[in-house]
Amino acid sequence: MNIILLLAPFSVLLGLFAVGAFVWSLRSGQYDDVQGAAARILIDDMDPDVPGPGGGTDP
Amino acid sequence: MAVTFDTMAGPDMSAFLRRSDDGRASLELLVTGARCAGCISKIEREMAGLAGVENARLNLSTGRLALGLRDANVDPGRIIAALGRLGYPATPYDPGAALVQRDREGRRLILALAIAGFGAMNAMMFSVPIWAGLFDQELGPATRSMMMWMSAAVGAPCAIFAGMPFFQSAWRSLRAGRANMDVPITVGVILTLAISFSETVLNGRDAYFDAAVSLLFLLLIGRWLDHVLRAKARSAAGDLLALQAPVACIVDGAGRERSIPLGDVQAGDVLRVRPGERIPVDAMLEDGEALLDNSLLTGESAPERVGPGQLCRAGAVNISGLLTLRASARSEDSTLAAIARLVDAGAQSRSRYVQLADRAAALYVPVVHAAALATFAGGWALGLDPREALLRAVAVLIITCPCALGLAVPAVQVVASARLFRRGVLVKSGAALERLAEIDHVVFDKTGVLTEGRPALVGASPTIIALAAPLARASSHPMARAVARAAGEGPLATEVVEHTGLGVEGLIDGRRARLGRAAFVGVPTLRSGETELWFGFEGESKVRLQFSDVLRTDAGATIAALRARGITIEILSGDQGGAVGGVADAVGVASWRAGLMPEEKAQAIDSLAAEGRKVLMIGDGLNDAAALARAHAAIAPGTALAASQNAADLVLTGDALMAVVEAIDVARSARRRALENFGFAALYNLVAAPAAMIGLVNPFVAALAMSGSSLVVTLNALRVRAPR
Repeated sequence: MNIILLLAPFSVLLGLFAVGAFVWSLRSGQYDDVQGAAARILIDDMDPDVPGPGGGTDP
Repeated sequence: MAVTFDTMAGPDMSAFLRRSDDGRASLELLVTGARCAGCISKIEREMAGLAGVENARLNLSTGRLALGLRDANVDPGRIIAALGRLGYPATPYDPGAALVQRDREGRRLILALAIAGFGAMNAMMFSVPIWAGLFDQELGPATRSMMMWMSAAVGAPCAIFAGMPFFQSAWRSLRAGRANMDVPITVGVILTLAISFSETVLNGRDAYFDAAVSLLFLLLIGRWLDHVLRAKARSAAGDLLALQAPVACIVDGAGRERSIPLGDVQAGDVLRVRPGERIPVDAMLEDGEALLDNSLLTGESAPERVGPGQLCRAGAVNISGLLTLRASARSEDSTLAAIARLVDAGAQSRSRYVQLADRAAALYVPVVHAAALATFAGGWALGLDPREALLRAVAVLIITCPCALGLAVPAVQVVASARLFRRGVLVKSGAALERLAEIDHVVFDKTGVLTEGRPALVGASPTIIALAAPLARASSHPMARAVARAAGEGPLATEVVEHTGLGVEGLIDGRRARLGRAAFVGVPTLRSGETELWFGFEGESKVRLQFSDVLRTDAGATIAALRARGITIEILSGDQGGAVGGVADAVGVASWRAGLMPEEKAQAIDSLAAEGRKVLMIGDGLNDAAALARAHAAIAPGTALAASQNAADLVLTGDALMAVVEAIDVARSARRRALENFGFAALYNLVAAPAAMIGLVNPFVAALAMSGSSLVVTLNALRVRAPR
């Protein structure tokens, strides 16, 4: 039975962590351009700022 | 004076640059036409390739392009021109206006929603074992007490935090001497928390912490939807206005042209207005001669000719000629602003309209509170333990708490306005939809609403149009543009010179030709109407091209569709009788009045309202603004002036007038759904409240009933009719 005393606060802590993550994502502007985020994944040229193969070149 | 128009040599727009401390600068532009991933990559790649631009990021949802610039010497005009070449017209955004956009209320609501969601889920986690105990599952009193304490520890702080928007609103409303929907919510939540707490302390059976938090969670969803609806409409409306006339071009002492935000124009500034642009503020004409299109100001369709020394009013469009003016008033003091004040007065009368939800609350609040009180008093009198009687009264409060009621209207309105948004109708508020559903009489303005509001070529043969088209395509004059539209794509004349206020001259297949006023083309005539152009090759006979303001193609169909819905129609116009009568005959409207002043239009609306008619006003001009504000509901086309768009409830962003009919259909459908939702909520309460009174409700039943009723209401809202 004592395990509840450990698990229950732990689960609340986990929930708090999720709320924190949500608030962070809100504050950092993740939801500012939802349509743009959906469209950007279709752009297949490489980001010039990212080093590595293909970086900085146009397709 | 011969002027050749070059889009590249635009005025200086550096007033829109925002400088940062490290010498860099940023610029925000409103870009139209970007819709897909291709647009994003095209625009961002092109912008990053421009000299001086460090980074570019396009927000596809809002259409705003944020540019980081290396220093403040980068010319925004060059960036705008580059975007124009890509096919995306752009306008600078006033940095002052952009800062106001911060959405503090929205952030508070979303945070409250997140906390309520967390609290509901975690309090529920401790509630499940307690419910199991209710159904004779094995649960010792010590464990139950521990679960209740944990539920209290999580639920109570979350409920207090998430309930703040409601508590504050209820307090404001009570202080004003009224009771809105937030009053029973506040009373219910606070009482529930208090009773649950005392039950926990007294080792009782019923604690409703999870119910209180999930109630707030569901209500906050409704509140958030309502907020998103209004915020979205507000920013979209702001964008429309920003595209209109955010800048004025002033000429400084050294004769250089500079674009400045409209609000910064001072009386005495020298302004330059190119053909096709709007006069920014009331100003005296110093140099140049032009035709002014006053149709948005007075409703008159024929343009007015102005010369030096004459007053040009803000909002008029310069059709031809390069004008130099001296500002005689600031933006706030101009004719436009005077009308805007008239609008404010009208808008106050409309704010007396009581929304459906508030009308429901006025009925609901006394009934529910009386029922809860009766339960307590009756239960005690009938020999129940006072504590048990109090518990039942709280159960009545919590189970009848207006979850479904709080969601019933916002959910419907959000679905309805999202549908309309896709069809090119911008709904500015939920109340606007409710009022639109009630209308039974439509008043149309003529110019720009029933008609296109711009000249179109009438009765010219295709051969002549094709001959004149190469020259017309090279000109920016509205009548020449009408010729170019009629001819479609094709070759361009060479060596084109535009003579301000006269016409345009150039070579077509090596032959010199002119398009313009009679005298300019070389026609000896005494009749020199403002609604005609002449065209001819050098040394050959000349032809006349006649223009008029034509009906919108769907004007007749729209009026027929409105009639079919049992709505009566009237035209009120500031234009002359002949022009209005012609249009009225063409669309089949028998009752019309012409030559009305703005105040007369507003009075006409008032007298219709006095007869008990619910009037929808559709107008675009400044002369309609006061009438728009007084009408029960108002619609303005997207081409309307700022003042008229502000006065209207709905703005049409597309070209089709038929959208008015769709808006009315959707509004009526939304009203039906909202009433159904109220009906359902009433039915639910009729069953649930007596059940709570006789003590059949425990925390498990309360949680189930609340989420169930909210779900039904939300699903019903999704049934709002989609426009065909």
